[in-house]
Amino acid sequence: MQPIEPREVQKAVEQLCGKELYIHLETTNGAYASHYDTTFLNAGGFIRNAKIQYTRGKITGNGPYRVGLKMENGWVYAEGLTDWEIDGKGRLLLAGHNSDGKLAVALELSEEPF
Amino acid sequence: MEKEKHVLVIFPHPDDEAFGVSGTILTHTKNGTPVTYICCTLGEMGRNMGSPPFANRETLPAIRKKELEHACKVMGIKDLRLFGLRDKTVEFEDIDELADRFNSAIDELQPSLIITFYPGYSVHPDHDACGAAVIHAVGRMPKEKRPVVHCVAFSNGCEKEIGEPDILRDVSAVAEEKILAIQSHRSQFGAFMQGRALKRGMEDEQVMKRIRTERFWTYRWPD
Repeated sequence: MQPIEPREVQKAVEQLCGKELYIHLETTNGAYASHYDTTFLNAGGFIRNAKIQYTRGKITGNGPYRVGLKMENGWVYAEGLTDWEIDGKGRLLLAGHNSDGKLAVALELSEEPF
Repeated sequence: MEKEKHVLVIFPHPDDEAFGVSGTILTHTKNGTPVTYICCTLGEMGRNMGSPPFANRETLPAIRKKELEHACKVMGIKDLRLFGLRDKTVEFEDIDELADRFNSAIDELQPSLIITFYPGYSVHPDHDACGAAVIHAVGRMPKEKRPVVHCVAFSNGCEKEIGEPDILRDVSAVAEEKILAIQSHRSQFGAFMQGRALKRGMEDEQVMKRIRTERFWTYRWPD
């Protein structure tokens, strides 16, 4: 992956607009977060291979970035995104890594199931 | 340490064996005891991606599989079985179905010892769920046929509830190979135990104490 170049990501998001897509969306603090700090509320979410179709997609922020996808009846968004790539299978992969290189959020879109 | 007939190690993630168990595994394989490792997932949800990132969510499983195979080679494990579950989902699987798979492996291999996580005291939900399914599988075997189960526990204050570990094994004799096994999991311990960090680590009394001593609780059946 490489650091997000917002204009490039915007182009990639627009190219997928209107298509039937599979999504991977994930946020995580790591399973050990409340082991190391018992006052920490460990929360996260994960969805993989749900189908979505969006009518508008936008990247915003000055880095880390946010990506929002407007659907006919709702929204998908992710924040804290730092890196991106279009992989060998043509999938758009976005991720947010903290200063230790640990993944905190991932948003991925693919025309085929992951 | 007793010479075992066959040791079956069951953990949910590649690298779960590294710090707590790889010295014990090495001691067994050097004794000529066959060791089978059932690894339930490929650690697909691991968070270490490096800086700059060397992996992404989609490439990580293949990387971790290679690391696991390398670690097995270092530990002398010839029988690695991948159960194909997905990282962070073990607790949502059907415990009976998972236990069935463990039971058929136990029937086939007839291990004298099983090593797994202590359910409820192993921090990660996958660890607890994996340990619980192993205990479920062994617990439904006739008492006289059950292999001994050694559990790994490390939750905060676990000693208060389950007592001190009854096995403290000094694995100093295989410490160097153990460090190689840990290093096999490069994506997870990239910065740890490499180069200068390794040198510092080996000079650090606490780190080396952890490397040299492996702790287990022999599972005690209520019946």
